Amino acid sequence: MSAGAKREERWLAPAMFLPAVFYILALVGIPLVLAVLYAFSDARIGTTGLHFVGLENFRSILQSPGFHKAIRNSIVFTLSAQVIVIVCSNILATALEEPFRGRGLVRFLILLPWVAPVSLGTIGWKWILDSIYSVITWVLVALHVYKPYSTPMWLGEPHLAMASVVLVHCWRLIPFSTVIMLAGRSAIPKEIPEAAAIDGAGFWRTLFQIKIPMMTPILSVAVLFGIIFTFTDMTVVYILTAGGPFDSTQTLPSLAFATGIAGSDLAAGAAISLFLVPVLIAVAYFMLRVANRSEVA
Amino acid sequence: MAVVETRNLTKVFKQGELGAVNDVSLATEEGEFLVFLGPSGSGKTTLLRMIAGLETPTSGEILIGGQVVNHLSPRERRIAMVFQSYALYPHLTVYKNIAFPLKAQNVPKDQHDKKVQWAAGLLGIGRLLDRKPRELSGGERQRVALARAIVREPAVFLLDEPLSNLDAKLRASAREELEQFQTRVGTTTIYVTHDQVEAMAMGDRVVVMDRGRVRQIGTPADVYDEPADTFVATFLGSPPMNLVSAGGTITGFRPEHFLPARAVAIPDSVPMRLAFSHEEYLGAERILYGRLADGPCAGAKVVSRIASTHAGVFAKDTTYDFAVEKRHLKLFDEATGIRNR
Repeated sequence: MSAGAKREERWLAPAMFLPAVFYILALVGIPLVLAVLYAFSDARIGTTGLHFVGLENFRSILQSPGFHKAIRNSIVFTLSAQVIVIVCSNILATALEEPFRGRGLVRFLILLPWVAPVSLGTIGWKWILDSIYSVITWVLVALHVYKPYSTPMWLGEPHLAMASVVLVHCWRLIPFSTVIMLAGRSAIPKEIPEAAAIDGAGFWRTLFQIKIPMMTPILSVAVLFGIIFTFTDMTVVYILTAGGPFDSTQTLPSLAFATGIAGSDLAAGAAISLFLVPVLIAVAYFMLRVANRSEVA
Repeated sequence: MAVVETRNLTKVFKQGELGAVNDVSLATEEGEFLVFLGPSGSGKTTLLRMIAGLETPTSGEILIGGQVVNHLSPRERRIAMVFQSYALYPHLTVYKNIAFPLKAQNVPKDQHDKKVQWAAGLLGIGRLLDRKPRELSGGERQRVALARAIVREPAVFLLDEPLSNLDAKLRASAREELEQFQTRVGTTTIYVTHDQVEAMAMGDRVVVMDRGRVRQIGTPADVYDEPADTFVATFLGSPPMNLVSAGGTITGFRPEHFLPARAVAIPDSVPMRLAFSHEEYLGAERILYGRLADGPCAGAKVVSRIASTHAGVFAKDTTYDFAVEKRHLKLFDEATGIRNR
């Protein structure tokens, strides 16, 4: 090989990954640095100077009742959505595993909510859950569950609003989780459940003592992704309730947006969003561990 | 009373196609080691899976202990099965793998330890109980699978090519161990294999199968020495039986019976002349290839197998006097392939 070709090769590799580095720096690195910077300053929308104020932003956030509520909501929201998603996607994956006529079509339809843009799907749900035009209310009235003049306000009552937000999130995440579960199930050799059947295990024992334990690595990937998606998401909350009523659906990301952008207190918004970091780091750590363990095994 | 019996058992996977198993009727005897032998696609594994309850027969009956079990699930049939891949539960230790059937069949908890230790002791894997399957060698996995099968004392063992994942050297010793193990526990065993050496060495009786049908059932000596048709004649034996046809009849004789004329007892033998072409030296024996030089079957390819202690030297394209003892000639019908006498 000539010296020229060698020199070319030395530059080829950096040239190939430079766009990726640039992309990550511009879209992830700079905003992260800015957020940290803002969190320790008095930055507001419209001001030009930046003054370092130490931990002042964090002190005032920790004292605000709205922040405590948002943390609580975020946790309730993420955990309940995850539990529902894992249970439902397991049931769906079990049903979709056996071949039946039209299985391909059903699989495609189930995947649709994940493929559709979040905001579009959520706007659809905003109509479905609307206080006047809700089709759910209409059906319940037609079935005489509710009287026409005292119908539930799906997005207007604190508990119902929280439940609505959680359910829309589940609607979005179940397809994703189902696909991961299907992959996990198809990785189990066919003889293993057969051996369990011959050993005398019934449906539930095979599911809980054989199949689910064998799927643990892929199950944890689904859970960890689900946590990241729900914990950091604000689209669903913002479109459905904008955090209301009475902050009952306010989560950390939506509170950060409401404070930092809508309320123009960039510094406080940045400080709130930094509270997401420990959770995300923990999730990332577990994800890497799972990936590492399944590589070793 | 037969432990396992099938009556006209048929399995058709795709309607209109030939069945994977066609009209199979057979019965095991108490405590016997029965081998299903056949090439791949002969239906032997499907037959075994129907007996296990993993496949539903299209028609016919399966009886275990005299009762029709067609409608029973695998767990209700009191059978144990060892799979080709062993199908150990990878997330459980060896101990828990062996204890799983006890747990699944609600055997009282205080008996588990005693039974697991008994099964592990029988197979000499007592020191492996805390390991996970991935930490075991192929031979050890096979023993764990056997221990898991024996632990609840089943009425029948079903073994689906359990030795085929072992390397050649281990296979021979595992074969012997398995045979002794079965003799010791005395449980009726059905064993599926495509390896004729395994079938001959282990089987009390061999069921030779081809394209979903039973071609012959008999002791290893029966199926080898008295094949029922040309399929059995050529499937068993390596190299296979020589078949030469003339006048609507196929004549068969094994290579080890087709010998240089001086080695055959003269009064009752059929002389033939071999146009020698080439030879394979296999250490213990020599395989001679060539064609019949004259007679009604002249030109037919034939093979002779002689001990390597035989001193004869054969030259290419030269014709030699060979012979077969009369009692070693088997006659088959040319149209059907079925044995005449």
